[in-house]
Amino acid sequence: MCADTATVQLTAKDFGSDQDVRWCPGCGDYAILSQVKKVLSTLGVSRENTVFVSGIGCSSRFPYYMNTYGFHSIHGRAPAVATGVKVANPELDVWVVTGDGDALSIGGNHFLHAIRRNLNINILLFNNRIYGLTKGQYSPTSPFGKRTKSTPVGSVDYPLYPLSVAIGAEATFVARTIDVNVKHLAYVLERAAQHKGISFVEIYQNCNIFNDGAFQYATGKETKNDTTLFLEDKKPLIFGGEKKKGIRLNGMNPEIVELGGDITEDDLLFHDEKLAEPSLAYLLSRMHHPEFPEPMGVFRCVERPTYENMLVDQIDDAKKKNSDASLENLFNEGDTWDVK
Amino acid sequence: MVVKTHTENSGTRQVEIVGLESTIVRFCGDSGDGMQLAGTQLTNTSAIFGNDVSTLPDFPAEIRAPVGTLAGVSGFQLAFGSKKLRTPGDEVDVLVAMNPAALKTNIGDLDSDGTLIVNEDAFTDGNLSKAGYTSNPLENGELDKYRVFRIPIEKLNAEACKDTGLTGRAIGRCKNFFALGVIYWLYGRPMEPTLDWINSKFGSKPVVAEANTKTLKAGYYYGETTEMFTVKYTVAPAKIEAGRYRKLTGNEAMALGLITAAKLAKKPLFYGTYPITPASDILHELAHHKSYDVRTFQAEDEIAAMASVVGAAFAGAFAATGSSGPGIALKGEAIGLGIMAELPMVIINVQRGGPSTGLPTKTEQADLAQALWGRNGESPMCILAPRSPGDCFDIAIEAFRLAVEFMTPVMVLSDGYLANGAEPWKIPDVTSLPKITVTHPSEGSDFQPYRRDKKLARPWAIPGTAGLQHRIGGLEKQDITGDVCYDPKNHEHMIRTRRQKIDNIADAIAPLEVFGEDSGELLLLGWGGTYGSITAAVENAQAEGLSVSSAHLRHLDPMPKNTGDVLRRFKKILIPELNMGQLLPIIRGRYLVDAIGFNKIQGKPFMISEIEDKIKEMLGN
Ligand SMILES: Cc1ncc(C[n+]2csc(CCOP(=O)(O)OP(=O)(O)O)c2C)c(N)n1
Ligand code: SF4
Ligand SMILES: [Mg+2]
Repeated sequence: MCADTATVQLTAKDFGSDQDVRWCPGCGDYAILSQVKKVLSTLGVSRENTVFVSGIGCSSRFPYYMNTYGFHSIHGRAPAVATGVKVANPELDVWVVTGDGDALSIGGNHFLHAIRRNLNINILLFNNRIYGLTKGQYSPTSPFGKRTKSTPVGSVDYPLYPLSVAIGAEATFVARTIDVNVKHLAYVLERAAQHKGISFVEIYQNCNIFNDGAFQYATGKETKNDTTLFLEDKKPLIFGGEKKKGIRLNGMNPEIVELGGDITEDDLLFHDEKLAEPSLAYLLSRMHHPEFPEPMGVFRCVERPTYENMLVDQIDDAKKKNSDASLENLFNEGDTWDVK
Repeated sequence: MVVKTHTENSGTRQVEIVGLESTIVRFCGDSGDGMQLAGTQLTNTSAIFGNDVSTLPDFPAEIRAPVGTLAGVSGFQLAFGSKKLRTPGDEVDVLVAMNPAALKTNIGDLDSDGTLIVNEDAFTDGNLSKAGYTSNPLENGELDKYRVFRIPIEKLNAEACKDTGLTGRAIGRCKNFFALGVIYWLYGRPMEPTLDWINSKFGSKPVVAEANTKTLKAGYYYGETTEMFTVKYTVAPAKIEAGRYRKLTGNEAMALGLITAAKLAKKPLFYGTYPITPASDILHELAHHKSYDVRTFQAEDEIAAMASVVGAAFAGAFAATGSSGPGIALKGEAIGLGIMAELPMVIINVQRGGPSTGLPTKTEQADLAQALWGRNGESPMCILAPRSPGDCFDIAIEAFRLAVEFMTPVMVLSDGYLANGAEPWKIPDVTSLPKITVTHPSEGSDFQPYRRDKKLARPWAIPGTAGLQHRIGGLEKQDITGDVCYDPKNHEHMIRTRRQKIDNIADAIAPLEVFGEDSGELLLLGWGGTYGSITAAVENAQAEGLSVSSAHLRHLDPMPKNTGDVLRRFKKILIPELNMGQLLPIIRGRYLVDAIGFNKIQGKPFMISEIEDKIKEMLGN
């Protein structure tokens, strides 16, 4: 008899494979790997029912380091590979690991459509705002004017913002976190895992080789309190070291206000993850440094039937209507005639 | 060929009855005129009547080109006979043309003493000029060599439908059934199968059912009572193997084959695809069969479709995709991933005219080179090609059988001609179907992802199996462990091993059969959809006493082991292909025989006569 592996309490270490991890020393990917392993060990999931699918990029090496099933596929196509896995076996817990280039350049199409279908899979986008694996070209999330190997005098294309794209594609769960804030990272990963439907998580990830300090504003001790804002459901948007600053709506637009005097918390914008319309989540996704603090946490979390459940329901219905799905019946459908 | 003639009473007059061994009818009209439906009805009725049948629909690329224009002409040709029919025929015996544009684009295919039935009402000045006629061909004598029947089909149809409650355009839509009625009389076909069809199709719209019934009968009685027709034809039932039959197009047969393979293996079928002519009907057919645990996934593009198939195969489903040339080009990278991951999957290419968007609705065999070499790196894959619409069923099952036995993607090269063409399909006895056995390793086995069996296939360990967690991907692997490996010697070893594995498939496929004498002056070697034309031509030439045989490849990579032996027993080898010659250099290079090519690239299948003429030319007759 084999041991019931699911009931044995697994540790973070149990989720690690025997492969040497080959990211550059100091790469933000390490912290993410260790939090993913840790969170999985607390969720009571089994290794054999977990599948990590990735594309190509530094981040996409991720599956090799997990002692789960894994597929290191091709550049940009991980959401499509994952779709096949999930539809073939909806019982599996499927995670996609992708990079900013992988998800939003070459894989932009699959990214949109996997999200809109609302499969119950988790997509983790390691956003380092650079092409790491190919040694430092600018990416679709690099800021305008970014100087890189391929843009020596600065890029002339405008970036896109992963959360805005995901919300536009009808995502039911969208969140943002950051590699160095391991507690928050663990919290967001857990929320993503618990969500039934597509979970999209953007993780700010430092590439210390080709884009070091890209998120310094959001991680540095001096600056982080004023440049990030931690979202809490049903709570007002407050930030700053002394929690004295807030976000208020001025017409259709957010503005930063100082609390005190005649401005109270009640005047502030309140977060709500569960709004049917994504307008608030979208507004939050448009708050960028340096004009605004960048929100961290769960932007949106709503329920909607999943693709694979509806597909299985249709199959079950068809089976009920055609209880004798034998090959004989299949062959004899439609007009037949006998030759004697 | 005329079998016998006699006279008979028809209504109040005498008509001559001519017995035919086989005949070819083509309906053509505007794409909104219901020509495909009329053709399908005549096909079904003839099949039920006991004839052998073979069909060739010819769609315009534009779904709704402007009415009455040459671009909007849609046609449906069928042959039916009392003998084995291998193709829908070369020249048409009876052409039904619903408007001047249809006449103009199809008249060239009418036999020089053929019968032409035209819808005279459509020959207005406006329609004539849309078709590019400067004078009316019905009046100017250019059709004199044919037997022409001018019938005011629109008026007669309107008359037949007038008391049914149907109005305006809806009446016009019934006129194909008037034409069909005339043909039914001309060939002495029973109307019952079509009447039954009308009732089941329009059961909920009794007005429509009544109008179609009335106009079909009106057409039939028009043939019977007008003095116009002095001859009618009979085509006796064919001597066909006893059994139960149904009519299948190649695409339908392919879909049934995929479902059957999955069912035989007790697996769900996953079909990930993106719509494209002429492959979409496989998806449509499959989507109707959810009760067989068929999971269709209409992806956002072919890249996603192929990637999803790789994922589904990894997760343990019977996974397949279907497309045509442009889509196969997009799938290339993900097919390579399937080859590297050594997972079982089936990729169907319903070939059409290329390059680029090419001729979407026309047939061609120009993707063989793409199938063999259209990916980066050394990426061998098993390649099969069905030879008739019904063979698509068998090939789909064989594709999955080989895919799981050898853990490899298998490509199936169908084509537009097979996909849309139909023939009677003898319903197989389920117990006679091949077995497909799938084994997944379980915990405890000394598992290594790339440890191979005798055939060189690796184990298919699927997610959900405790203890067998492993990682695969597109990077080169170390043999046995499957770990990423950049070692030069290992790379060469893996390249050679993947090739050898495909070569080993030759042990699991049927040998190449020769049609006719085992050796002789001339061998025609074909592959895929040209089987019907080649075989019919060779049969005719053999009947004339010529030393010619044919062989047809259903397996293109690997080829049957005896291919070289067969080739060497003939003095001359001719390779007919609907391309510039893609099999030809392979045969010449691999077997060092002086084969020559015979090529046609017009988006159309070979005519039997074209091949016959070439045979005679080569044998010096
Ligand atoms: C079809 C294809 N095109 C290009 C590449 C080269 N390539 C590999 S990874 C990559 C970009 C990776 O950037 P990102 O997704 O941001 O991942 P990161 O390395 O930053 O984690 C590129 C262009 C490839 N592997 N395949
Ligand atoms: S190049 Fe950048 S992203 Fe890639 S491993 Fe090194 S630090 Fe990490
Ligand atoms: Mg990146």
